[in-house]
Amino acid sequence: MAFGAPCQADSMSAPLLPLTTAAAPGRRRIGVALALGAAITALFIVVALVAPFWTPWDTGVISVQGRLRPPGLQHWLGTDALGRDLLSMLMKGATASIGVACVAVLVGAGVGVPLGLWGAARGGWVDELLMRANDVIFAFPALLLAILMTTFLGPGAVNAMLAIGIFNIPVFARVVRGSALGLWTRDFVLAAHVAGKGQARISYEHVLPNLAGLLWVQLSIQLSLGIVAETGLSYIGLGTQPPRPSWGRMLADAQTLTVLAPTLAVFTGIAVVLAVLGLHLLGDGLRDRLDPRLQGAGVRP
Amino acid sequence: MSSPLLQIDNLSVRLGARTLLHDLSLSLGPGRILGLVGESGSGKSMTALSVPGLLPEGALRTGRVLLDGRDLAALDERALTAVRGRDVGMIFQEPMTALNPLLGIGEQVAEAVRLHRRVSRRDALGVARAALDRVGLPAARFGLDRHPHELSGGQRQRVAIAMAIALRPRLLIADEPTTALDVTTQAQILDLLRELVREEGCGLLLVTHDLAVVAELADEVAVLQSGRLVEQGAVAAVLGAPQAACTQALVRDSSIRVRPPRPQDAVATPLLEARGIVREYRQGGAWFGRAQRLRAVDEASLSVHVGENVGLVGESGCGKSTLLRALLGLEAPQAGEVWVRGERFAGTARQQQRLRRQIQIVFQDPYGSFDPRWRVEQLVSEPFHLLERPPTPTERRARVEAMLARVGLAPADADRHAHEFSGGQRQRIAIARALITEPAIVVLDEALSALDVTIRGQILALLAQLSDDLGVCYLFVSHDMSVVRAITDRVYVMAQGRLVESGPTAEVFAAPRHAVTRALIDATPDLARALAQRAQESATATTLA
Repeated sequence: MAFGAPCQADSMSAPLLPLTTAAAPGRRRIGVALALGAAITALFIVVALVAPFWTPWDTGVISVQGRLRPPGLQHWLGTDALGRDLLSMLMKGATASIGVACVAVLVGAGVGVPLGLWGAARGGWVDELLMRANDVIFAFPALLLAILMTTFLGPGAVNAMLAIGIFNIPVFARVVRGSALGLWTRDFVLAAHVAGKGQARISYEHVLPNLAGLLWVQLSIQLSLGIVAETGLSYIGLGTQPPRPSWGRMLADAQTLTVLAPTLAVFTGIAVVLAVLGLHLLGDGLRDRLDPRLQGAGVRP
Repeated sequence: MSSPLLQIDNLSVRLGARTLLHDLSLSLGPGRILGLVGESGSGKSMTALSVPGLLPEGALRTGRVLLDGRDLAALDERALTAVRGRDVGMIFQEPMTALNPLLGIGEQVAEAVRLHRRVSRRDALGVARAALDRVGLPAARFGLDRHPHELSGGQRQRVAIAMAIALRPRLLIADEPTTALDVTTQAQILDLLRELVREEGCGLLLVTHDLAVVAELADEVAVLQSGRLVEQGAVAAVLGAPQAACTQALVRDSSIRVRPPRPQDAVATPLLEARGIVREYRQGGAWFGRAQRLRAVDEASLSVHVGENVGLVGESGCGKSTLLRALLGLEAPQAGEVWVRGERFAGTARQQQRLRRQIQIVFQDPYGSFDPRWRVEQLVSEPFHLLERPPTPTERRARVEAMLARVGLAPADADRHAHEFSGGQRQRIAIARALITEPAIVVLDEALSALDVTIRGQILALLAQLSDDLGVCYLFVSHDMSVVRAITDRVYVMAQGRLVESGPTAEVFAAPRHAVTRALIDATPDLARALAQRAQESATATTLA
């Protein structure tokens, strides 16, 4: 008996029917998606970390003679309109895009998760106020909000981080609050109450660890959306500023040259797509792997 | 007797290397009820599921299952699909998950009809209506478009029964159909099942761990142990004079002895006292609408004295749990006071912690009351938070191990997770957690309701032992009158938020004054009473003959 607490759909409760169907083929597919996603993501993160210290070619050197070279042995992906090596540019661009997205998502999660936990724990007007404030932020399309902010604060990587970060706050706050509400009706939370623990301590010791799986999934998905947002912002000139390379900027430059050098746009586009795809596969894989209904099947007597 | 409706011949089921059922033979005639009893894991559900071929993947079955002379074991999956629902109706334990929350109740019952008969939607809904009327959900109050969330647990179980009987199957299989319901609802559902069997002339295979339910409802009983049939026969014969050791143990655990009243010192300060607790909830009226006030607890006063166990009984929804929340200091009541050992339990945080240590709780659900990510040592030691000086890690470990030993678990269990334990073992962990800070009172909130009789007997013995050793008192909250009778000295009866009757347990049971108390006692299945009634009936029958 849940103590007559407000009825909350409890999606995490134990499956009541024995899980007889062994999901062997499904498991396997999940494993492949997860492994592929993790591999792609790891590759991009390594590249982003290496690029500030080493790239095949120096991206600061402009060479008019060497411009718009097709892909070849010397320049694997060719060169851009200023003769810079495209592969090196993409590597540097990864640093900018992934860096901005990472910081932005951490800002969003860092503010959103505590807010969501607080709202779920306190309930009442605190919860109401937090969620309505979130709705207001949510009501603006993310990119529009970012454009608005960078217009006021001036373009640049830091402001892009801030703008994308703010748009991430309600996403995390909502996801965390929704699941935390379900956990607050569970008996083990009541038991912690009876053990004299306060709301903050219960949130930190019981609620948050039980949301960890969900948070990892959300982090990877938001990271991919953050990359898209950063690319979008720098595409219209509001993100990372030249001469620092960024994927959005590179796409914008390549756009005018699609007839002369289509590979510029294609390779840059592929880089963005791969990064986003990798994170999505990782997120989906994690979701399936961490799903409590698939986890520990058969452990229960 | 005419030829049996269901006949199981030499049924064996193997799953991998394990044999789940050994050479089982049973038979059931039309219009008869066969109770299938045994401990958890004895194979009673497996037997029931093997009739319509609902065995776990990879299970191997040998033997024959004859329904009206037709061998179901020889049918392939497609043919079995036609049999399920049409010839065999199934009712499960959990009415909350048996229904689709998105469909109206008429639609759900009609779905079962349309799967087997080529009828129009309208005709199917007509059949559904008739079935719902049949199970006591009349059209006036239960339209076809009512959704499961609008119904109580008992009403949902009625819908599930309507789905099972809509096509007038020859055989009904009910697997613990009333275990999740409170006693009054249970009595109603059992009456309904009895009536359906008598009037439709179908057979009912009733799987349950509750011998009292079998004694009240079934004609014959089969007792299973570790997948083997140990005893079978007429209910009065088998349960009245059990032959097999396992049946004797089940009967012993089901017939709970009444506790002799203990002398008590009413003059001393009560350990726990509630004075005029009122708790209201606002209902509806989200932002601007007018909220309605629902009085869940209405001026409730109770006390628990040193050296006594107190029961708090009532149907589900009577306000027991809300009152408990107030007693445990989890929710402040709108009016009234809680006193613990002569001190008001509502003061500053520091005082709260000190008083909170005196009152701990064991919950009903052995699965939900532990954080799945914590180890037993952390779980059991959580209330140490209430101590002003929490013990050092080594001291903590030692105390947890000592407490685990006390409740009958191994010290090494401290390193395991809760999901590695069985339901009964988890309840032992919960008791260890409640006792670790040496409280004066432990609240047992339906703490035995989810356990089968054998485990229940063991936990009851453990509680009695701990009460003697540690001098702890229990406040026992339950709708199960038989357990309340076994463990409490004094009892309070709650109905619609009010405490309507109280007194020494023996007196209240001997001469209940309030209608609610009488209804609760009558509704509780009682093995001895049911058997006595049967003996009397057969005596009358013999005299008449």
